[in-house]
Amino acid sequence: MFGRLSLNSLPLHEPILVATFAMVALGGIALVAAITKYRLWAYLWREWFTTVDHKRIGIMYVILALVMLLRGFSDAIMMRAQQAIAFGGSEGYLPPHHYDQIFTAHGVIMIFFFAMPLVTGLMNFVVPLQIGARDVAFPFLNNFSFWMTTAGAVIVMMSLFVGEFAQTGWLAYPPLSGIEASPGVGVDYYIWALQVAGVGTLLSGVNLIATIVKMRAPGMSMMKMPVFTWTSLCTNVLIVAAFPVLTAVLVLLSLDRYVGTNFFTSDFGGNPMMYVNLIWIWGHPEVYILILPAFGIFSEVVSTYSSKRLFGYSSMVYATVVITILSYLVWLHHFFTMGSGASVNSFFGITTMVISIPTGAKIFNWLFTMYRGRIRYELPMMWTVGFMVTFVVGGMTGVLLAVPPADFQLHNSLFLIAHFHNVIIGGVVFGLLAGITYWFPKAFGYKLDDFWGKLSFWFWLVGFWVAFMPLYVLGLMGVTRRVNHFDDSSLQIWFVIAAFGAVLIACGIACFLIQLVVSFMKRDQLRDWTGDPWGGRTLEWATSSPPPAYNFAFTPVVHDNDAWWDMKKRGFERPVEGFRPIHMPKNTGTGVILSALAVAFSVGMIWYMWWLAALSFVAILVVSIVHTFNYDREFYIPAEDVARAEGARTRMLAGE
Amino acid sequence: MVSRVMGMASKILRLLALGPLALLLSGCNLVIMNPSGDVAAQQRDLIVWSTVLMLIIIVPVILLTLFFAWRYRQSNTSATYDPDWHHSTRLEVIIWSAPLCIIVALGGLTWVGSHLLDPYRPIARLDAERPLPADVKPLQVDVVALDWKWLFLYPEQGVASVNELALPVDVPVKFNITASTVMNAFSVPAMAGMIYAMPGMQTQLHAVINKPGVYHGLSANYSGGGFSDMHFKVHGLSTDDFNRWVADAKANNTAQLGRAEYLELEKPSHKEPVRHFASFAPDLFNAVVNRCVDASRMCMDQMMGIDMRGGLGMAGTINVLTSPEPTPSGKPQRYVAAFCTFADARGTGQPAQSRAIN
Amino acid sequence: MDQAHAHSPVPGGPVNFYVTEEHEHVHSGAGTMLGFWIYLMSDCLIFAVLFATYGVLGRNYAAGPGPADLFDLSLVALNTSMLLFSSITYGFAMLLMERNRKAATLFWLGVTGLFGLAFLGIELYEFSHLIHAGATPQRSAFLSSFFALVGTHGLHVTFGIIWLVVLMVQVAQRGLVPENKRRLMCLSLFWHFLDVIWIGVFSFVYLIGVLP
Repeated sequence: MFGRLSLNSLPLHEPILVATFAMVALGGIALVAAITKYRLWAYLWREWFTTVDHKRIGIMYVILALVMLLRGFSDAIMMRAQQAIAFGGSEGYLPPHHYDQIFTAHGVIMIFFFAMPLVTGLMNFVVPLQIGARDVAFPFLNNFSFWMTTAGAVIVMMSLFVGEFAQTGWLAYPPLSGIEASPGVGVDYYIWALQVAGVGTLLSGVNLIATIVKMRAPGMSMMKMPVFTWTSLCTNVLIVAAFPVLTAVLVLLSLDRYVGTNFFTSDFGGNPMMYVNLIWIWGHPEVYILILPAFGIFSEVVSTYSSKRLFGYSSMVYATVVITILSYLVWLHHFFTMGSGASVNSFFGITTMVISIPTGAKIFNWLFTMYRGRIRYELPMMWTVGFMVTFVVGGMTGVLLAVPPADFQLHNSLFLIAHFHNVIIGGVVFGLLAGITYWFPKAFGYKLDDFWGKLSFWFWLVGFWVAFMPLYVLGLMGVTRRVNHFDDSSLQIWFVIAAFGAVLIACGIACFLIQLVVSFMKRDQLRDWTGDPWGGRTLEWATSSPPPAYNFAFTPVVHDNDAWWDMKKRGFERPVEGFRPIHMPKNTGTGVILSALAVAFSVGMIWYMWWLAALSFVAILVVSIVHTFNYDREFYIPAEDVARAEGARTRMLAGE
Repeated sequence: MVSRVMGMASKILRLLALGPLALLLSGCNLVIMNPSGDVAAQQRDLIVWSTVLMLIIIVPVILLTLFFAWRYRQSNTSATYDPDWHHSTRLEVIIWSAPLCIIVALGGLTWVGSHLLDPYRPIARLDAERPLPADVKPLQVDVVALDWKWLFLYPEQGVASVNELALPVDVPVKFNITASTVMNAFSVPAMAGMIYAMPGMQTQLHAVINKPGVYHGLSANYSGGGFSDMHFKVHGLSTDDFNRWVADAKANNTAQLGRAEYLELEKPSHKEPVRHFASFAPDLFNAVVNRCVDASRMCMDQMMGIDMRGGLGMAGTINVLTSPEPTPSGKPQRYVAAFCTFADARGTGQPAQSRAIN
Repeated sequence: MDQAHAHSPVPGGPVNFYVTEEHEHVHSGAGTMLGFWIYLMSDCLIFAVLFATYGVLGRNYAAGPGPADLFDLSLVALNTSMLLFSSITYGFAMLLMERNRKAATLFWLGVTGLFGLAFLGIELYEFSHLIHAGATPQRSAFLSSFFALVGTHGLHVTFGIIWLVVLMVQVAQRGLVPENKRRLMCLSLFWHFLDVIWIGVFSFVYLIGVLP
């Protein structure tokens, strides 16, 4: 009946986990009680869970990402603490069984459930607004994608309290992730979390490509698209072209584990190197999936706060496209040490270096956008400058690692760890935090508090350098990654410094959360009535903050890059009459139901409860089919409602 | 001569590059920056040169960023403000071609370096100053990554050791590397870069150690629960000391590493103490690579030979046996059976008899 | 080029900054075909991975049977013709859909479904035959990758048939309304796509495997 699941699967003998569970459970109960007390369930269901509004879905993605950041970061700080104390005979407080799960979970969560949802969330929120559309091309699919991503996150979180997570590292190389080396449920949790979330990611990629290609406002030719929209387009092309590979390779790994096939085993002709190649054919583009939107954010931010047109728009676009294409030609640099010939290794090393050319061009473009600008040091701009000085160092060490003989020494070392945190924190995270601060007033109608934001920025920036510079040093001392305890006590001081850096970053995260609360309390002071608090340049600033459900009462017509700047410059008058009914998609609960069933299916598969898996699979099929019998998916927002909303905005702009 | 100048230059550049950190780092051993083997030294030079090449562009970028960020701040009204300036062909050419030039240089360095330092390429010199003497014969060491310990076989000396690697100084070494179950990486940072150890496959590393001393060796690819203790000492020994080490292994130790002992050793264990074997089964490494130490299993090279000729036909559906040994997953462990021979009519494969097949 | 879009098309003249007449509804499926096509391309990549896997592992018989021992070309040829016929009959259905002939469309969709079922039946027969002979997916990497590739195609056909039946019910209920036409177009893309994949499977796996 319960397959492999028994009482022993619950970590009742692990005090840390029991305490964590108690905290999570209490928090969850408090949240549920509060929602019930304030009678918010119906509101949440109607207005948020079932919504097809791209803005609300975007916001939900960001919330999911921030929650998962807390989980992923707890893992990080536990690892830092373990490595800071486990020296000279001390085994630390985390035995390998736990430690190995923690570093695996840290990688998986930070990439799949923090960075990805945050990127997708921002794209979801911003792109339709930037291109002057009313929603995405497939609004229901958008809701479904979000809930599938959430379902994946739920599966990962479940592994914390029921059973275990993978102890394989975040890419689960076989044979280590095969059934004999990892017979437990950990790898199965990993597989199903990624598969379920992967469906969401892939569909949202399809959705946003169709949106950008088909739904741009009249006049917005490709070369007039905002740079963030361009980078989103490239990112989604990468998603659609990379995630199927991940899906396929994980299916093959599952077949090996469940059915006993021999794709990646060492016997019967299987080949584990096949997995390593395939997973990196997904994995390297994945890096660019994350960084490209961050580049887009920096482009928007730097030109907005320099009050100046972006330098070299077309070279920026070409650079993005070149990076998109090249990202498929470099995967082998993740395993030079597998022993391919020198020519193969140098080919992939050189293609990797070539990527630094367009990336370098981008950096220069931002630099010359600042040149002869009038830079306002609002928070997003600070993140951008912090990014520019941090990221180039990470880029440099990355190119260094692309030199195969150097990589033979530095591969898998803490130098590598320092490198990719250097580009992911210094690039992706700084970019996303800049993006959150930049678009927050658009989403909620008030700015974020400056003081706590700046504090958070400095903690993050200093914390990053303190946490990761020691890792560069340790890498040069020949220390490898994923080690649980050390003999050589001369290393300890560096790990202690790194742990201190992690504490600084923790303060940065805390300040960010405090910033959200403080800003909410002070929202009346921070209110933005104009819809354009930063002197924006692109169309999202043309509508009110927060935008109405229909985004634009009249679809804008674009004449130039930086459409909104152009409109302001040429004396655009906001239309105040002649409103018409607006055609919009209806909300639906199907996405929630389907992803709940996906969780049930995964639980069945993970724990070998075949009846549950079969039942929920059939249910998924039936619910999907029933959904297609609903032809009544759209409605009109009456012209009077539009007139009322726009009238309110007119009065707001007049300062009444 | 050229290489000596290069060496000098790289030392100076190294000092420059790491200057500010030098004080802080004086207390710790940056083994990769200060190795004891020629391959690692060349890899270090490549790291330094690449870094210097990139700093040519990175340093100006950082300085310009900080300068522009300060110069064009809003409060500085004396700075020029040109909100519509967004294009300059000359600048565009520079910002694309400057990184391009660096990458062309670095690409050349990469191509040459990758070929010179290819782990499969035999050692061509002892170090920057000394060419390879004509009479030096490289030492062969066969390396097996087990769960979770290292086994080193010295086929020419006939000895084997667990978790200890002894190497004669200034003698080129050819490592043949494989693993028993999962992927590891054989890594001795002071000597040369790492290379993966993979089951059913053989990788190679050529290296030389130039200074006597004790170095740290480790698995540099996470391989499961016992990974953190999967390290070993590397002893760089003078030729006499090395011969003594071999003799000690032979004399003081009656332990033999036959196939049965290997299969026992192969079982997962943590923190395995250093052990020497006075002898080991002939062809053991080959059997490990081909996954047929248990001689009832068909060797992979034989299997591949059969596959090259189109497989075994429908008869090949019945040559699969199930091992009585319990597995971690509880699922039966199946394997392709070795051919039975005259000497071993039941095909159960006692070690001595199985050699008849090979 | 940069200079060109720095200026408005009508310098100095009155400029329109918004659309007053909305010509078409945003959500009437303007992007559906494009979106579905993009999805198909992603699906194509899954097959690409499976083909690549077969390409790498397809000769690792692990001293077991190889393609020449296992595949019955005449059976596969029959199977291929089933799928090709189903594509043709789907084409007939689409032609009749264009002329709004509901009953005839339904008839040809039904024929398509039957051909699809025949294809699946033959494939399942082949699979069970192989497994009974001991050529299971577990026997060798070649067989693992063979079953994965052909099986994934078969699963796609299965879902295609389920989709086809659902659409037939919907067409029967509501007639050839624009939504249903759009759905039939999508399924048409899907169905022909599976045909193309199968031609790859047939040549790459069966023909090359059996021919010396």
